[in-house]
Amino acid sequence: MAPIPPPPPALLMGSDLTLTRGGRTLFEALTVRLGAGEVLVVEGPNGAGKSSLLLTLAGVLHPDSGRVAGAEADAPHLHFLGYGAAVKTRLTVAENLAFWRTMYGPSGIDAAAALDRVGLAHTAELDAGVLSAGQTRRLGLARLLVSRRPVWLLDEPTASLDAAGSRLVAEMIDAHAAQGGGVVVATHEHLPLTANHRSLRLGAPQ
Amino acid sequence: MSAILAIIGRDLRLAARLGGDALTLVLFFVMVGAVVPFAIGPDRVLLAQLAPGIVWIAAFLSMLLGLDRLFRADEDDGSLLLLRHAAIPLEAVVAAKLVAHWLLTALPLVVASPILAVLLAMDQATWVDTVLALLVGTPALTALGTIGAAVTVSLKRGGLLAPVLILPLCIPVLIFGVAAIGAPEGSNAAFLFLSAISLVSVAFCPFAAALALRVSGE
Repeated sequence: MAPIPPPPPALLMGSDLTLTRGGRTLFEALTVRLGAGEVLVVEGPNGAGKSSLLLTLAGVLHPDSGRVAGAEADAPHLHFLGYGAAVKTRLTVAENLAFWRTMYGPSGIDAAAALDRVGLAHTAELDAGVLSAGQTRRLGLARLLVSRRPVWLLDEPTASLDAAGSRLVAEMIDAHAAQGGGVVVATHEHLPLTANHRSLRLGAPQ
Repeated sequence: MSAILAIIGRDLRLAARLGGDALTLVLFFVMVGAVVPFAIGPDRVLLAQLAPGIVWIAAFLSMLLGLDRLFRADEDDGSLLLLRHAAIPLEAVVAAKLVAHWLLTALPLVVASPILAVLLAMDQATWVDTVLALLVGTPALTALGTIGAAVTVSLKRGGLLAPVLILPLCIPVLIFGVAAIGAPEGSNAAFLFLSAISLVSVAFCPFAAALALRVSGE
């Protein structure tokens, strides 16, 4: 009998995670494995701990037990898109994006192409402060494109986006997975994904 | 390196566009120097004697007041969270913020120091000493300040807590800063001590501050 081939190394591995915040256990002994080309959709009611799980995977929150490991130890390997837009209102849209491109490494497509992709090309020279909430979100999405990182952690990426924006998010996730990336996305909305995806449902905390 | 320059460039550009913010600290600095003569009377000899101390207290207080700004804006809009995953380590990010903050809060004080020199009846030699002491000593204040600002960044109303926390650490800067100005010809021990404090704190504080920022997400 042929030996079972070892599974391909995970892009992101959270093993046996337990997190308690404010006296409530959000998740217990949870194992999350994200392989290349995989999309993990995290679902659950408000307060179930979706954002906390993403922050734990990002290494910002430290779990009470268990550990999180990236494919390459210590090398910066992920993009995080959360509720904070990380946009400076007094810089132009192009300046904001150029800053993050420099900070995360210019390994993706160039800034102008990214703005074009998310439909903000016409706003490049405007102050980011004049953007609507949805447009600010799109600027956040552009940030994912200008630097290549294998893992994307997206917390409610479709918040304040219109229908076309939601489709854009789904397309971007599909394209990233097709290129061998991994995505963990917490969302309430149904995303029309075509990539291979699994659901992880977090229950109400105890 | 380009990432470090990007942070410094961004912070300077933001400050330039916000305008007045950096100026308030300079105004405060000049204000402290301006009210002291009213408090201790118009004795020029006494004023000149006290001048180095007054300048340092004014610089000290205005730099402490500005500390909260170091990480506050980046924390509020979520940038700080993302900077943790930047291509450069968080320590380098803090070092870059330190340089930008020094350029925005300490350098303007040095530029404004001639006003205080006139108000406090300083002679020209003392003023030159003062500029040198401020240039050499203020980086230590900013560096120590990064620790205070990092520790309190997750507190929404931590505004004055950071200065209170780091004040004891800053006392040596004040002592040697004032001593460096008044030092007699040929004795530069205080100035060398001040330089040493600055070098050591600029080298080590980014590590401590980055550590504080990493645990502040809890």
